[in-house]
Amino acid sequence: MSEVKQYDGREYDVIVVGAGHAGSEAALAAARMGNKTLLMTINLDMVAFMPCNPSVGGPAKGIVVREIDALGGEMGRNIDKTYVQMRMLNTGKGPAVRALRAQADKHAYHAEMKKTIEAEPNLTLRQGIVDDLIVEDGICKGVVTNTGARYHAKSVVLTLGTAARGKIIIGELQYSSGPNNSQSALELTKNLTEKYHFDLERFKTGTPPRVDGGTIHYDETEEQPGDETPNHFSFQTPDSKYIDIKNQLSCWLTYTNEKTHEIIRENLDRAPMFSGMIEGVGPRYCPSIEDKIVRFADKSRHQLFLEPEGRKTDEWYVQGLSTSMPEEVQQQILHSIKGLEDAEMMRPGYAIEYDVVAPYQLKNTLETKLIKNLYTAGQTNGTSGYEEAAGQGLIAGINAGRRALGEEPLVLKRSDAYIGVMIDDLVTKGTKEPYRLLTSRAEYRLILRHDNADLRLTEMGHQIGLISDDEYDAFLEKQEDIKNELQRLSEIRIKPSQVQEFLESKGSNGLKDGVLASEFLRRPEVSYNDLLKFIDESEKDLDRRVIEQVEIEIKYAGYIKKAKDRVDRLKRMEEKAIPDRIDYSAINGLATEGRQKLEKIQPTTIAQASRISGVTPADIAILSVYIQQGKIAKVG
Amino acid sequence: MQSISTEFDTIAAISTPPGEGGISIIRISGVDALKTAAQIYQGKNLNKVESHTINYGHIIDPDNGNEVDEVMVSVMRAPNTYTKEDVVEINCHGGIVATNRILQIILSLDARLAKPGEFTERAFLNGRIDLSQAEAVMDLIRAKTDQSMKVALDQLDGNLSHLIKNLRQDILDVLAQVEVNIDYPEYDDVETMTARLLQEKATEVKAKIQQLLSTAKQGKVLRDGLATAIVGHPNVGKSSILNHLLHEDKAIVTDVAGTTRDVIEEYVNVQGVPLKLVDTAGIHETDDKVEKIGVDRSRKALSQADLVILVLDSSVPLRDEDRELLRETAGSQRIVVLNKADLDNQINLIELHEYVKDSEIIKSSAVSPMGTKDLEDRIAKMFFAGSIENTSNNIMVTNARHIGLLKQAETALDSVLEGIEVGMPVDLVQIDMTRAWDLLGEITGDSYQDELLDQLFSQFCLGK
Repeated sequence: MSEVKQYDGREYDVIVVGAGHAGSEAALAAARMGNKTLLMTINLDMVAFMPCNPSVGGPAKGIVVREIDALGGEMGRNIDKTYVQMRMLNTGKGPAVRALRAQADKHAYHAEMKKTIEAEPNLTLRQGIVDDLIVEDGICKGVVTNTGARYHAKSVVLTLGTAARGKIIIGELQYSSGPNNSQSALELTKNLTEKYHFDLERFKTGTPPRVDGGTIHYDETEEQPGDETPNHFSFQTPDSKYIDIKNQLSCWLTYTNEKTHEIIRENLDRAPMFSGMIEGVGPRYCPSIEDKIVRFADKSRHQLFLEPEGRKTDEWYVQGLSTSMPEEVQQQILHSIKGLEDAEMMRPGYAIEYDVVAPYQLKNTLETKLIKNLYTAGQTNGTSGYEEAAGQGLIAGINAGRRALGEEPLVLKRSDAYIGVMIDDLVTKGTKEPYRLLTSRAEYRLILRHDNADLRLTEMGHQIGLISDDEYDAFLEKQEDIKNELQRLSEIRIKPSQVQEFLESKGSNGLKDGVLASEFLRRPEVSYNDLLKFIDESEKDLDRRVIEQVEIEIKYAGYIKKAKDRVDRLKRMEEKAIPDRIDYSAINGLATEGRQKLEKIQPTTIAQASRISGVTPADIAILSVYIQQGKIAKVG
Repeated sequence: MQSISTEFDTIAAISTPPGEGGISIIRISGVDALKTAAQIYQGKNLNKVESHTINYGHIIDPDNGNEVDEVMVSVMRAPNTYTKEDVVEINCHGGIVATNRILQIILSLDARLAKPGEFTERAFLNGRIDLSQAEAVMDLIRAKTDQSMKVALDQLDGNLSHLIKNLRQDILDVLAQVEVNIDYPEYDDVETMTARLLQEKATEVKAKIQQLLSTAKQGKVLRDGLATAIVGHPNVGKSSILNHLLHEDKAIVTDVAGTTRDVIEEYVNVQGVPLKLVDTAGIHETDDKVEKIGVDRSRKALSQADLVILVLDSSVPLRDEDRELLRETAGSQRIVVLNKADLDNQINLIELHEYVKDSEIIKSSAVSPMGTKDLEDRIAKMFFAGSIENTSNNIMVTNARHIGLLKQAETALDSVLEGIEVGMPVDLVQIDMTRAWDLLGEITGDSYQDELLDQLFSQFCLGK
């Protein structure tokens, strides 16, 4: 085979490799900031494709979507245009953990995102496979495609997903492939490790079989409809756009049973996860069904949700049944399940193995430590999930764009956003399995709510140029409305006689003395709407999101204050910077393990250092003393 | 040669109290400890002797080759040493001059003078002990009685740390369950962490914290001593009571140096309870002088006291001044001693009982030391329900920092319970539960607090 002759293509400011959920956000962000941007994808028909579940959001993830929106990203707007069902989860719990989830029309989601990308003036979308980088003196200057094109750019973002030396496994069958039988990228990660000495890991993820909706017995399952009350992901989408509940599609709930488990147990020797065929490490948080049967042997059933893949298809996704068992066994499993006895499988489930750049090699800007001006995001950094990918893609795109513009990087703190929590976790702790965001990963959960994502991040989004002046003005108005209403409620008094009857009807104690309206609203049994029975409405017609903020800020003021106190307590450590290129071998008190971890991860603050596993409080004490005055430890 | 985990520089200090004594010990710790000692030691080759041996020899001044002192040198190699580093201890004849000379020679070689508490700090930094254990070392040094020492030793063994770690684990288990419910709202295969379960756990942990805190009063007494004021009119025999308590062998005088109040504190060991005598100077002064200073001084002593011993002369009727003292001490933990009980009683007992319960009164006389025994028993009973021995079975908290943190953790758990009471969602209540977990971690140093360490170790005396 003769060598492909190389040629120089056009020059760009930013090149993004891969157009999945991370790549789409990265490219749009870089382009919208004013960078001439190239977005390369292996297959133009798979832009923002959802190879796994047809849904967006959920606990923690839904909050990330709102954060992306507040920063000027696309995911929230795109799902708002293409959902088939919207549902608020955890409504019985506190405001910090409520989360929106949408069922997506998979094809519409892809098509809509592709249209948006195509419409972006600064952005070129092109099909092609990137084989290598152009690196000079440790600085990334572009990419080389398999067709021989050399594209130069000021910065490059890699969002390779499962295409990076992807390998699909179904029972005994295995073949080189990207997601959903697409072509895999065989050269790029090979070059990353062999030529540029990146430390790569091999991860595994999987997807369940899809079945033909015409063959499902829905009446044997439980219906899971969407919400009547309007809700969208994007702060820009008006309630008027909400799809009437009649026009939303339902999901359906069913369960595995003893028979299902027996089939799986009998065929475990054919399961690649256990036969040793899969080397990659799978996610603990959404394990395959065979994994669940083995690890939770005492459970007699597991939940399965049947989810529609879109409006123009009758393909259904069997959530909870991710598997890489042989096709034949997958069919037996399906037929053992109530409602799926006669189901026709349209696509088998599969496991996919792929290359991951061990994330300790990244800075918290998502730039690699080894090669300057090179950024990575998404599954390439070891995460799982569209939302996690999009969140990183946005940050990588922003920072690659800002680098191209010669501006300082944007770093989100753990107290700013879930995206900040995720990136800090990745670069500080690394991950041994596909990383999924959970609300429990955020220590400042009550501050990082989905309802206040705009209040947290719109300012930043505007500053970096992704939130337009109009959007920003609307945001400022909302902020002002909240402030005014809070002020108003803290000035109106309520007399005991006014609310006596109401409180009795709620079975609660009456008031002894008059209270401020805001104090009255603090009572758990009183809602803002209840309050309006006793006081005048605000002069201005308030948006429901303003009312929501007012209610949360008043009702949970005590807890919010505690959460903020905790942020403040740790602030000093967050602010204590560790100098660049500190020589840990020169700090003589550090324990061997702590020293090795610090050298590897190169934390930027004392707080980050303290989060590294294997670094003890004593190591932190020595390190901070060394930085401050070099007293305890001998230098040199 | 390199120690197991760390490579601090080498430090040295005199570890025995300053002044003359039978022997003095100079401790050296660090990578160069052996090398340094070997350079100035004449005897066996210290670099080759076995670890944990004591070796006879002489210290030689390297400047002039003169013998400085006759010594015994302990060699302890890392890691099984106090600091987890190589440690050498030179036992020399206890003169001030010889000891200081040896230290100076060592400091002129590869070692520097240790800061106060630095040896213990290294034990902590080298991971041998945690924070509460390091604090126990400090308590051990300052222990006034056997009982105080026992409590400090328990803490040094890690008993308190162990208990705290278990409590934290309990809390963490609950938190984990709350999290699963939040992150997997639609899965019914995890047990729902209801408010009731959370309430049970919070109550349980709170009870354990309260149990610990209930030892705090006794623990604090054992650690810091019981501030005791002996008050009364001049000439009633305060000095004789004091002298009875101060059997020669029981007297302890502690030099509290390095604090702002550079004073002498006197401790009396009463059945294991260290009594810290408040204003003993006032008692020691001749009664003539005391008369001039009068009741004012007693009042001042009273305000500082945990225990008041009010002495009355039963051979004379009550004076106005006595009545005043009786009234003023009514709210205090007090013992009223009727002294000179061998003489005819002149006090109107009916009147006395208006001021004092019978159970507070003890009779004493100079010729009957039995009264002193009664007094000691009574003190022990007042503060330890009669049996100090019982305390050895419990883990006690003695340290004000620990007590403060435990109280804060208790408050946080109260907030958990309150939150549940008013129907707050578990994910909010969880904030207080996490706070309790953080606070307990500060006791053992697992929750890192950056200014804490410097502050703690600076309280140590030199050489430890």
